[in-house]
Amino acid sequence: MEAIILQILNGLDKGSAYALIALGLTLIFGTLGVVNFAHGALFMIGAFCAVTLQRILSLSYEVVDDTRTDFLGNPLKVDVPYVNGWFGPEMGQTIIEWSVPLAILFAIPVMMFVGYAMERGLIKHFYKRPHADQILVTFGLAIVLQEVIKAFYGANPIPTPAPPAFTGSFDFGALIGFDPNQIIYPYWRLIYFTFAAFVITAVFAFLQFTTFGMVVRAGMADRETVGLLGIDIDKRFTMMFAIAAVVAGLAGVMYTPINSPNYHMGMDFLVLSFVVVVVGGMGSLPGAVLAGFVLGILESFASMAEVIDIIPGINQIIIYLVAIIILLTRPRGLMGRRGVMED
Amino acid sequence: MFGLSTKDTTLLLFVAALTLLAPFLLNPFPENSAMAQFNAGYPDLMQRFVIFGTFAIGFNILFGLTGYLSFGHAAFLGVGSYGAIWMMKLLTLNVIPAIIMGVIFAGLFALLVGYISLRRSGIYFSILTLAFAQMSYALAYSVLTPITGGETGLQLKATDTPLLSNLAPGEIGRANLFGVDMRSSYELVIGDWLFTFNAGYYIAAVCMLIGFYISIRIFRSPFGMMLRAVKSNQQRMNYTGLNSKPYTLAAFVISGMYAGLAGGLMVAMDTQVGPERMFWTASGEVVLMAILGGVGTLIGPVLGAGMIKYMENILSKINDAILHQWFAFMPDGIENLLVAIFHPFIGKGWHLTLGMLFMLIVIFLPGGLVEGGQRIGRIFRRRDRKADSVESDAAKQRKPAE
Amino acid sequence: MGILEIKNVGKRFGGLQALSDVNLSVAENTVHAIIGPNGAGKSTLLNCLVGKLIPDTGSVTFQGQSLLGRKPHEINQLGVSRVFQTPEIFADLTVLENVMIPCFAHRDGAFQMNALRGVRSETDIRQKAEQILEDVSMLEKENMQASSLSRGDKRRLEMAMCLVQDPKLLLLDEPTAGMARADTNNTIDLLKEIKDKRDITMAIIEHDMHVVFSLAERITVLAQGTPLVEETPENIKGHPKVREAYLGEAQV
Ligand SMILES: Nc1ncnc2c1ncn2[C@@H]1O[C@H](COP(=O)(O)OP(=O)(O)O)[C@@H](O)[C@H]1O
Ligand SMILES: [Mg+2]
Repeated sequence: MEAIILQILNGLDKGSAYALIALGLTLIFGTLGVVNFAHGALFMIGAFCAVTLQRILSLSYEVVDDTRTDFLGNPLKVDVPYVNGWFGPEMGQTIIEWSVPLAILFAIPVMMFVGYAMERGLIKHFYKRPHADQILVTFGLAIVLQEVIKAFYGANPIPTPAPPAFTGSFDFGALIGFDPNQIIYPYWRLIYFTFAAFVITAVFAFLQFTTFGMVVRAGMADRETVGLLGIDIDKRFTMMFAIAAVVAGLAGVMYTPINSPNYHMGMDFLVLSFVVVVVGGMGSLPGAVLAGFVLGILESFASMAEVIDIIPGINQIIIYLVAIIILLTRPRGLMGRRGVMED
Repeated sequence: MFGLSTKDTTLLLFVAALTLLAPFLLNPFPENSAMAQFNAGYPDLMQRFVIFGTFAIGFNILFGLTGYLSFGHAAFLGVGSYGAIWMMKLLTLNVIPAIIMGVIFAGLFALLVGYISLRRSGIYFSILTLAFAQMSYALAYSVLTPITGGETGLQLKATDTPLLSNLAPGEIGRANLFGVDMRSSYELVIGDWLFTFNAGYYIAAVCMLIGFYISIRIFRSPFGMMLRAVKSNQQRMNYTGLNSKPYTLAAFVISGMYAGLAGGLMVAMDTQVGPERMFWTASGEVVLMAILGGVGTLIGPVLGAGMIKYMENILSKINDAILHQWFAFMPDGIENLLVAIFHPFIGKGWHLTLGMLFMLIVIFLPGGLVEGGQRIGRIFRRRDRKADSVESDAAKQRKPAE
Repeated sequence: MGILEIKNVGKRFGGLQALSDVNLSVAENTVHAIIGPNGAGKSTLLNCLVGKLIPDTGSVTFQGQSLLGRKPHEINQLGVSRVFQTPEIFADLTVLENVMIPCFAHRDGAFQMNALRGVRSETDIRQKAEQILEDVSMLEKENMQASSLSRGDKRRLEMAMCLVQDPKLLLLDEPTAGMARADTNNTIDLLKEIKDKRDITMAIIEHDMHVVFSLAERITVLAQGTPLVEETPENIKGHPKVREAYLGEAQV
């Protein structure tokens, strides 16, 4: 029992990332009808927003510390971050340590802009083009973005730790009445899941309860009719693209303490996210979220030593195996609609 | 000739001339000149051109004609490679049985994967093929290590003693064709130029030409017409009394066999194989080759394959020192500036160039390189109103997949 | 016993009973028209015949063989061809290729692996295809891409694709909708000529009464998923039930 709960918990954070990326992919596909291979790159850019903010906050000036000397006996020069100067050393240090959560605020406008620019500058011209063209151009864009990031930040993963308050683990088992030390769970993963749940709820609430969201949903169901009503659906779809970019970006920001960001993290997630979207059913938002969590959790179960002993190698293939089974038994994925992208 | 129309014969002969004369055509710059960097006429790269050309030709039979976008074709390439290397380890070092084995293995595996995946269409089909390929990759990497060699893959070793070869004890076998070593080359020096004629390249080139010929026949056959009908309107096809499934499955298996041929050729050239050959990026690469060159055209995939492989091999080898050498005639400041401008696009940055090339091609040449060629062709012969270019009818088959 | 027997067929879409208790017998070598207001279930009925839909209840037999549970291509191979309400053609192929494909299907069956034979060497097929294009007077357009045809031409092309298969039963779903008057008359003439020349049974759905009365030997009126009346054209005009249900709103 403890083992099962532990695996579910372990699956949640990866599942959350899948769900967030898949949600954005589905939004873009459902609204704009575009297969966006650059969506993984948005996730990656989000993660590098966190890196960037961390670097900005750590920008320092040199101060000569007379009280200490280096090994030659000269007064020691130390780097003091500007924030220390402004907020005092303690507060400054805390701000730097909290750079990942703070990066959320930083990433939202950045991702909005990136999403907006991408849609207006490139994707817009590909609405009516074949999916093959969309794939090629967004794939090209993904490579370009990835290489640009590599040029600026190098090829190695960059550690971006969570605030010290959240770096440890806690005994989740003891909390819910199991024996202590059975279910140890890192704080940050819990935060990631909670955050993902919050973002997903926010997106759904936005679509459900605002007029804007209603129009978008109607547009997803039947673009032409909504267009006939004299509503400028394109403008709203552009907004949706920006929102999807923000969702992917935030998923990336918060993922940095779990896996140090590198330039190819976007591609790594992209392929699995596509599997997630399709398993959930093309064009279905709840399907994308559901499939994200289901596959994340199954993946974590399959990597249990007990399971691998019975079926060797299952941890490597579980997602694909499940995808095949679901697609064969449910032709349009878990919650897909008829006729979406079937030819 | 060969049962082809004049147009198609011309195309075939043109491609044959290009491939057979490639050692000359790809080495236009004298050895030791500054431009020698751009020479692509060395065996390793030329082999890759024709092998990936074969792969892309086969992929195009499926994607270009039926519109079914497989995202897992690298699996067939890998299976073909494994089949071929086992043939060499166990039976004979002659490449022909190995290549044939590669084709058969890949064909059988494609039959299985295709039979299941073709129950769905559109993106669902793409994801099914992707899933099968990724599973093959993961299994080859881990559980199937006894037959795939796991992460290190398989190579010919001193311990391999193929049945039909008389190797000295401890001798590592070399791939050959009836005694002709795949790695043997004839080098021709004319003035400052060096041309290399490699046995392995010519074998691979002949295989590609045969593959290209068969692909033309398929394109022009009733079968090929049915495949285009599948792409155009599957519903009408069914109500016309045709069962689309065997057609698509046949196309899938044929293109899988081409992939197996490519995989077998790879093994014939370098007698090794690793699981990364089946990774999704390899599948993605052939998709990009086909689209870049021109989907559904005969020669497009070959051009696309050549373009991508050329950039991968040539651009990635250029470094700052070479750039400085090129721009040395400029004043120092401008020289440094130019080097700084070009720096991101070369060496390890060649991906950036590739990404930008993809974008530029799709934006400005939606039909791929073939369309680019046609546009240039049209400029040269404006009066030819009928536009009877060899590819024009094939290029017209492209349609939005909506 | 007609060539096509429809017995007690019913079909429900969620809450909508699209067809209920449809009984219809189409006699061999006749033209049977099915008329009725929009949404009456006419197209749905055809869908049940060609294997696109499976009826919830009832049976459909063609020449004594049940059609239910057969795939669309099997039904076509039995000799049933259909012209759709919105043209279903191979839009990316040329007009000639559009017609050659049904010729191949007619000759070779559902699947033939002829990957190395050239289309150009199939002179018989080509002749046959060009003949039918001439019959529908589209021969001069044989090299055009089908997607560039006008709506009326697309419809005529689809009709040619069906006729070239020499079907025993031809199902036509509003074949003249969207056609100009002259084209409509040509179509009527074409269908009449076909009917005189060959052994063919036709079931035709049509709103244009001129077409119906020029061609049909029997007429079934369908309303809200059930047949109201089946009569000869002479008797149908004065039929009180029909006047009430249908002709009251149509222009006769
Ligand atoms: N696939 C379907 N799913 C749900 N409802 C359908 C479907 N096909 C037809 N209908 C409904 O069945 C009724 C009959 O449609 P149809 O047979 O097309 O009428 P018509 O007589 O005009 O050809 C209509 O109300 C239509 O909306
Ligand atoms: Mg209708």
